[in-house]
Amino acid sequence: MTDRGSIIYVENLTVSFDGFKALDALSFFMDYGELRLVIGPNGAGKTTLLDVICGKVKPDNGRVIFGRDADISTYREHEIAQLGVGRKFQTPSIYLHHTVRENLELSLDQDKSVWAMLFRQLSSTERDRLDEILAMIGLAEKPHQIAASLSHGEKQWLEIGMVMAQDAQLLLIDEPVAGMTDYETEQTGLLLQAIAKERSVLVIEHDMQFVRQIANKVSVLHEGRLLCEGSVDEVQNNEQVMEIYLGRG
Amino acid sequence: MLVSQESKRGEWPIFSIVAFCLLIVVPLLNLVPGEESFFHFSDFHINLLGKYLAFAILALGIDLIWGYTGILSLGHGVFFGLGAYCMGMHLMLQIGDRSVYGSALPDFMVWNRVTELPLFWKPFSSFLFTSGAVIFVPMLVAAIFGFFAFRSRIRGVYFAIITQAFALSIWLLFNRNELNLGGTNGLTDFKILLGFELSDPDTVRGLYIVTVIALIGAYLFCRWLVRSRLGKVLVAIRDHENRLRYSGYSPAAFKLLVFVISAGLAGLAGALYVPQVGIITPSQMGVLPSIEMVLWVAVGGRGALYGAVIGAVGVNWARSYLTTNFPDIWLYFLGGLFVAVVVLFPNGIVGLIEQAQRWVGRIFKSRSTDELAESKERSVP
Repeated sequence: MTDRGSIIYVENLTVSFDGFKALDALSFFMDYGELRLVIGPNGAGKTTLLDVICGKVKPDNGRVIFGRDADISTYREHEIAQLGVGRKFQTPSIYLHHTVRENLELSLDQDKSVWAMLFRQLSSTERDRLDEILAMIGLAEKPHQIAASLSHGEKQWLEIGMVMAQDAQLLLIDEPVAGMTDYETEQTGLLLQAIAKERSVLVIEHDMQFVRQIANKVSVLHEGRLLCEGSVDEVQNNEQVMEIYLGRG
Repeated sequence: MLVSQESKRGEWPIFSIVAFCLLIVVPLLNLVPGEESFFHFSDFHINLLGKYLAFAILALGIDLIWGYTGILSLGHGVFFGLGAYCMGMHLMLQIGDRSVYGSALPDFMVWNRVTELPLFWKPFSSFLFTSGAVIFVPMLVAAIFGFFAFRSRIRGVYFAIITQAFALSIWLLFNRNELNLGGTNGLTDFKILLGFELSDPDTVRGLYIVTVIALIGAYLFCRWLVRSRLGKVLVAIRDHENRLRYSGYSPAAFKLLVFVISAGLAGLAGALYVPQVGIITPSQMGVLPSIEMVLWVAVGGRGALYGAVIGAVGVNWARSYLTTNFPDIWLYFLGGLFVAVVVLFPNGIVGLIEQAQRWVGRIFKSRSTDELAESKERSVP
């Protein structure tokens, strides 16, 4: 872990879909090694922010600086991923017909060219890394199970494990605990906190109990802008935040 | 689509038995017993089987691109045709002055008043050049087509439609006499290949054996490919291409490679088809044959290599049988088969086999519950 300023810095970011501004001149930054929660009502632009960072959506305006200096807003998705940005989607996005271990293996940080995939075999370090991740995400007992047969919570963990295997410096996690039981939610919180010891993690979540469990710092988005930032208590007692969540009046 | 993995146990024994039968037993049954004998395998049938097995090579390629990678191409007739035309050109030049007009030029050129062999025909007098071209010409065309299609991220049904338009335009092109490839009549009336008379039973058997060897080689190559780590990437493209992109892969490169390989296999199939059947016309490379080829794989079972082989041989055998004995039924049968595959058995014959294995497993449930649990784990909901 290093203190070198921001791992991700977006500046003046605007994204519009058919005239609707999903992000409106948003500026936002996050430090190395930070676990940041982003909350906000529906349509606030939370998922769009992640989409822009990982290259899924190209911004109309603004810059996305990853690490020290790279403006990644024009890079292609796989290039951004190779630089060290990992994305976990809202609905579990895993390879259903592969086993748990194969899912992790495909995601592993490695030479991902055609020829390497044809001829290179996994090294023993890489195999150890897979075992380590399997243990961390609680699937050590099920490495050879077909991913389609996992429970919803296990699928979510598997995808988090895939982003870990990718050895990303910045993990973008979109609503990880939606549809999870209380126990699973708690486990997921512990997992994310463990990951945040070595990496920077940006989590979108609605579940305020979960936010309270893991967050140090919360950012609130509203209508494509940053409304406020601070600790959970600060944010919850902010009048503007109360207004947008409880309605005006 | 959901047919996951060929069962690991018992695969090599079955493979060896089938390979042995095709490569040794069938030619011996053709050669040794007298023609009246019950065991005699006639020249006609060995020729027919050779044609089916050539189709099976093409089906393996379609299975790679469609069954494993999830990209539906409705243009593989073109690649088949390109391989076939390359071989056909060589065979035309081998005819020499035994043609109807006794000219060194192919007959259709004489009708069309072409006085000199077009430049692009000349290298095809060499067998060595031809045997390379039958694979590399389709691969090159596929590489150019695929490069633009995959780079533009054309996927799913859009890719299928574009390949279909591609097949239509190539069909139109090959129908033109100006192309100097025989127009609608195509290339035919072949006489010899490498000095062997094509009508000679020994040549027929020889071509059959070459086809079997090519099929075995193609099967082993495809098997190696899908079992490699690259094979896992292919299935991942089929199941979740976007996930792969955000994991740092560029799917276009993988798709292009598989598309080009499957085009090469189709070209090889075409080259083996032509000397055995004796004719190639544009009608064999258009939209309809391309769709039929996809149907073979659907019937056999996508995503299992042996399914592609079973489908290609099975459907074509049914075609020969029905068009001979019940000529009116064939098209209804083909249509019915298509509907049946879509509605009743989406995993094709391979899916039915696996289903049957599960039923048998259930009958012996009490004896081996462990095995059943294992097979359940492997099967995919």
